[in-house]
Amino acid sequence: MDPNAQKQSIVTINQISKRFVKSLDLAGRIAQRFGADIREEIVYAVDKVSLEIQDGEVVGLVGESGCGKSTLGRVVAGVHEPSDGKVLFRGQEIDSLTGQDAQAAALKIQMIFQDPMSSLNPRMRVQDIIGEAPVVHGVVDSKDITNYVEEIMLRVGLDPSYARRYPHQFSGGQRQRIGIARALAVQPDFLVCDESVAALDVSIQAQVLNLFMRLREELNLTYLFISHDLGVVEHLSDRVVIMYLGRVVEIAPTSELFADPNHPYTQALLAEVPRLETRQRKFAPVKGEIPSPIDPPSGCHFHPRCPQASARCREEIPVLREIAQKRFSACHLNS
Amino acid sequence: MSFSDSPTLEVKDLKTYFFTKGGIARAVDGVSFSVGRGKVLGLVGESGSGKTVTGFSILGLVDEPGRVVSGEILYRGENLVSASMGRMRELRGLNISMIFQDPMMTLNPVLRIDTQMIEAIQAHEKISKDDARQRARDVLGQVGIASPDERLRAYPHQFSGGMRQRVAIAIALLNKPDLIVADEPTTALDVTIQGQILYEVQKLCSQTGTALIWITHDLSVVAGLADDICVMYAGRIVEQGSVNSVLDNPRHPYTHGLISSVPSRNRRGVPLAQIPGMAPSLLKLPKGCSFGPRCPQVTADCGIIPNISMLDKGRQLRCHNPLDALVSPKLKD
Repeated sequence: MDPNAQKQSIVTINQISKRFVKSLDLAGRIAQRFGADIREEIVYAVDKVSLEIQDGEVVGLVGESGCGKSTLGRVVAGVHEPSDGKVLFRGQEIDSLTGQDAQAAALKIQMIFQDPMSSLNPRMRVQDIIGEAPVVHGVVDSKDITNYVEEIMLRVGLDPSYARRYPHQFSGGQRQRIGIARALAVQPDFLVCDESVAALDVSIQAQVLNLFMRLREELNLTYLFISHDLGVVEHLSDRVVIMYLGRVVEIAPTSELFADPNHPYTQALLAEVPRLETRQRKFAPVKGEIPSPIDPPSGCHFHPRCPQASARCREEIPVLREIAQKRFSACHLNS
Repeated sequence: MSFSDSPTLEVKDLKTYFFTKGGIARAVDGVSFSVGRGKVLGLVGESGSGKTVTGFSILGLVDEPGRVVSGEILYRGENLVSASMGRMRELRGLNISMIFQDPMMTLNPVLRIDTQMIEAIQAHEKISKDDARQRARDVLGQVGIASPDERLRAYPHQFSGGMRQRVAIAIALLNKPDLIVADEPTTALDVTIQGQILYEVQKLCSQTGTALIWITHDLSVVAGLADDICVMYAGRIVEQGSVNSVLDNPRHPYTHGLISSVPSRNRRGVPLAQIPGMAPSLLKLPKGCSFGPRCPQVTADCGIIPNISMLDKGRQLRCHNPLDALVSPKLKD
């Protein structure tokens, strides 16, 4: 990328929260009336997250299972409505658009899922999986669709002669390519990739990662790349966002984050990553597990597992603040 | 620590075939290796390489239409291939245990943890229920489960994924087995939980001399944990040796390709080194070396299955055109 080019933000996530509420059933409501100590269960999956993604950038979103990274991705892709906050696409609030503008904006953000078998309709032929959306949305004329599907399949490295096959006739890596082709067919600018290579074998994973990088160059795509695999994220991303229990704890350019992690959670996470270079190491694990998001710890969510926690961490929520140029961290140790 | 020289487990030319309607799938085709006391062997391969079937063969868990066709599995000199069902039942869970990828395969969802653990102890030993419960409690604590007394009374669904896997590991450890076969036990877990489990397992092997076979597709985990490594491809071991020698100096083009395609081995932003194509179907294996069609070094010789060649220090290799001893993937700078 040309560093002198004017960077423009393509997607702005502004104070997004997503809560899932399990409301009380009839018996629960009656019991509550009679004074039983039961309440609705509220999961704070994403808690006031803000993030700006520049045009052409690859942002890696990392965290353990249950940290809300997939939920955030789904909110950005428009699968979930946020409970609070706004997602802006090229400066425009997506919710405020109507009619054709809203549809055009929605098309520009596409999502690629983890498990291609559960995100591809098993009863549809590949040509229909890839070709349905562009025809419906008027991206191509229905009489040109065969050529168009062929072109897209070639682009993602699928043999166009397989266009009449069903998803189960493909291998895992090929199925993931079908998922990518389907997303590309509506000519998006922004792709949310949710654990898109997690289910693939090492050698196939390398092929799909290379495809992602080639497409980015050819089509000038922007990625929000969600993964728990730090090795993959390190390789692919320009910037990394670390989440813990619904909140962002650290944002930093990739090389700086891996060279000098600031937040104790990031440090712990990086220390646990197995690497080829470390042989017969002594494992010394982080204590405890990620707590339940139904009943998160007070103050800094990480404090029960943090080796450097103090009284302040138990009471006060640390805010995400700039600690160096382009680096943000939410930890009391910085102040 | 000095452990006796004779290996805990020795597998010799093991062949496990599946006789399916579509033909014979040679899932394990002539695999040999051994594990000594307190040692960790990493069995590495991609899906369909036969690594899990190798593990199942050791425990005698291969079901129809599969069968161990030939070869020997020697557990302390006793051949398990010819062992009776009754003898296998005695050994399984007492001397040899297995940890599966999905803990719900080990745990019964409708029984409490204590019932399941006490049953596993009493199946092999005449021991009072109270003593058995006491041991179950101790082992649960050992694998890092807080307040084990309370947790014993819980059902599997009340645990998180990482905790469940730890319970499954605790059950495998109950009778202090000599050999544990672990089939991708941390693949579905987060790195921090994986770190905790690797820590427990490592401690166990060095303290009690348990031999461990760790089956995985993740080279980086094996690098940190194992002493020796076997790389499998399409039912055969293509390369084996000590972790340091194999990972620092891979001689088989497949091992080399696997190591080079690990993202952290590549410079950021540059395309990853990749192995072209995909693993072949076991029903339609290419003639000769199964890796031939994907191999950059392929020659006419590769039409014949290469024999195992012995290199120095126990290194073994199945390749007609091995890479030079000096060519190794460059470390990232």
